[in-house]
Amino acid sequence: MNVLHYINAFFDNDANWSGYAGIPARLWEHVQYSLEALALATVIGLPIGLVTGHYGRGGNALAFVATAARALPTFGLLVLATMILGFGMLPVMIPLVVLAVPPILVTTYEAMRSVDPAPVDAARGMGMRETDILFRVELPVALALILGGIRSAAIQIVSTATIAAYVGLGGLGRFIIDGLYQHDYEKVVGGATLVAFMALATLGLFWAVARLAVSPGVRRSA
Amino acid sequence: MSYFDGFFDIPSDLQHSWLGLIGLHLREALLPVLAGLVIALPLGQLCVRLKWLYPPVLWVTTVLYAIPSLAFFVVLIDYTGMTELTVMIPLTVYSLVVLVPAIVDAVRSVPQETLAAATAMGFGPVRRYVQVQLPIAVPAIIAGLRVAVASSISLVSVGTLIGNQGALGNLLHDANIYNRPELAWNSVLTSAALAVVVDALLVGLRTLLTPWMPRARARRPRPEAVPAALEDAVR
Repeated sequence: MNVLHYINAFFDNDANWSGYAGIPARLWEHVQYSLEALALATVIGLPIGLVTGHYGRGGNALAFVATAARALPTFGLLVLATMILGFGMLPVMIPLVVLAVPPILVTTYEAMRSVDPAPVDAARGMGMRETDILFRVELPVALALILGGIRSAAIQIVSTATIAAYVGLGGLGRFIIDGLYQHDYEKVVGGATLVAFMALATLGLFWAVARLAVSPGVRRSA
Repeated sequence: MSYFDGFFDIPSDLQHSWLGLIGLHLREALLPVLAGLVIALPLGQLCVRLKWLYPPVLWVTTVLYAIPSLAFFVVLIDYTGMTELTVMIPLTVYSLVVLVPAIVDAVRSVPQETLAAATAMGFGPVRRYVQVQLPIAVPAIIAGLRVAVASSISLVSVGTLIGNQGALGNLLHDANIYNRPELAWNSVLTSAALAVVVDALLVGLRTLLTPWMPRARARRPRPEAVPAALEDAVR
C-alpha cells in the first residue's frame, strides 16, 4: 500500500520528532490555534443560540446568518484577510470562526427549541425565574445536542486549521503545505494522518465530556 | 473605490472569463454533491435495512471527513493527476458524510402507521420506498443537500493549490502573485453569491417537491430535531 508506506516512513523518521518543526511542536501549535478559534466561536455562538432558543424568536434570522456564513469560502477569506490585514493570527482566526459559528449557533437554537415544553411550563408555574428556567431546566436537557454542535465545529476547525500554514503560520498544515511544494509525499501524508488523528481524538474527547456532563436522565440513546 | 477597479479583469493565465470561472466552479462543486446523492440514496436505504451497517459506515465517512481537503487532494494527485477529478473525489466523500445520516434519519422518521397503511394498500417495497418514504424524506434530504452544497462550493477554492484546479479559487492565487486584492474580493464575493443562489434554488425545489407542506415556515421543530442530526453529521 502506497499511502501506508508513506505513513510508516514519516513516523519512523527520527528527524520529524524533534525541534521547532517537529511533530510535538507542530501538534501543540495546531491545538492552540484550534482551541483559540473554538473558544471565540463558542463565545459568539452559544449565548446567542441559548437566548434566541429560550425565547423562540429569531430562528429565521439565525438560519439566514448561518447560511450566509456557510456561503463564505474559508480559504478565500483567509487569503483576503491576509491581503488586507497582513500576516498574523487575526487573519487566520477570522475564517476559522466564520466556519465554526454556524454549527454552534444553529444546533444550540434547535436544541433549545426541541426541549419538551411541559417541564418548562411546569418550572414557570412553580415560579422559577426565566434565567433559572434557561440554566436549570432547558440547558441540561438540551446539553447533549448543544455539545454535538460544538463538536462539529471543533472537528471542522481542527481539519481546516491546516490552512494557517498557507499564510506562513505553523500547525500541522506546515507538513502538508511544505510537503506539497517540496514534492515530499511522505510529509503530506504524515501531516494528513496527524490531522485525522487529532480530529478523531477531538471526537473522543467530546464523547467523554458528554458522558460526564450530560445527566443520565436525559441522555439520548442515539 | 480603488479596491474594485479591475474587479472583472480576469488575468489571462486563468484562460477563462468571469462567467467561465463561475461555470467551472459550479461544475466542480455540484457534480460531487450529485454523485454523493446517487451513492447516499442506496447506501442510506441499506443502512436502514441492515441496522448493524450504519455505525461502521458513519465511522468510515467520519474518518475520511477528518482528512483536510488539501491533503486529500495531494494524495489523490498520485492517482488522478492534477485534474478536476482530484478535486471532485474528496468533495463527493465529504458530501456523503452529510447526506447519508440525513437520508437514514429521514427514512427512519417515516411513521410505522404510514408504512403499514401503504403496505395494506398493496404497495410493494420498491413502490413504497419511491412513493411514500422518499417524498416524506424530501425536506430532510434537501436540508442535507444545502449543507453539502455550501461546503462544496467553499472547498473548490482550495483546489487552486494543486495546480490551478480551484475555479474561482484560482483568482486567489493570482491576487497573491499579481498583488491585486480586488481579485481576492471577486473570488470570495462570487463564490459566496453562488452558494446563496444555489441554496435559494434548493429551498425552491423543496417547496416544489412538497406541495403538502405549509408555505410559511411557522412549523415547530419536532422533538427528533432533524437539523441537529444533520449538524451531528457534519462532524
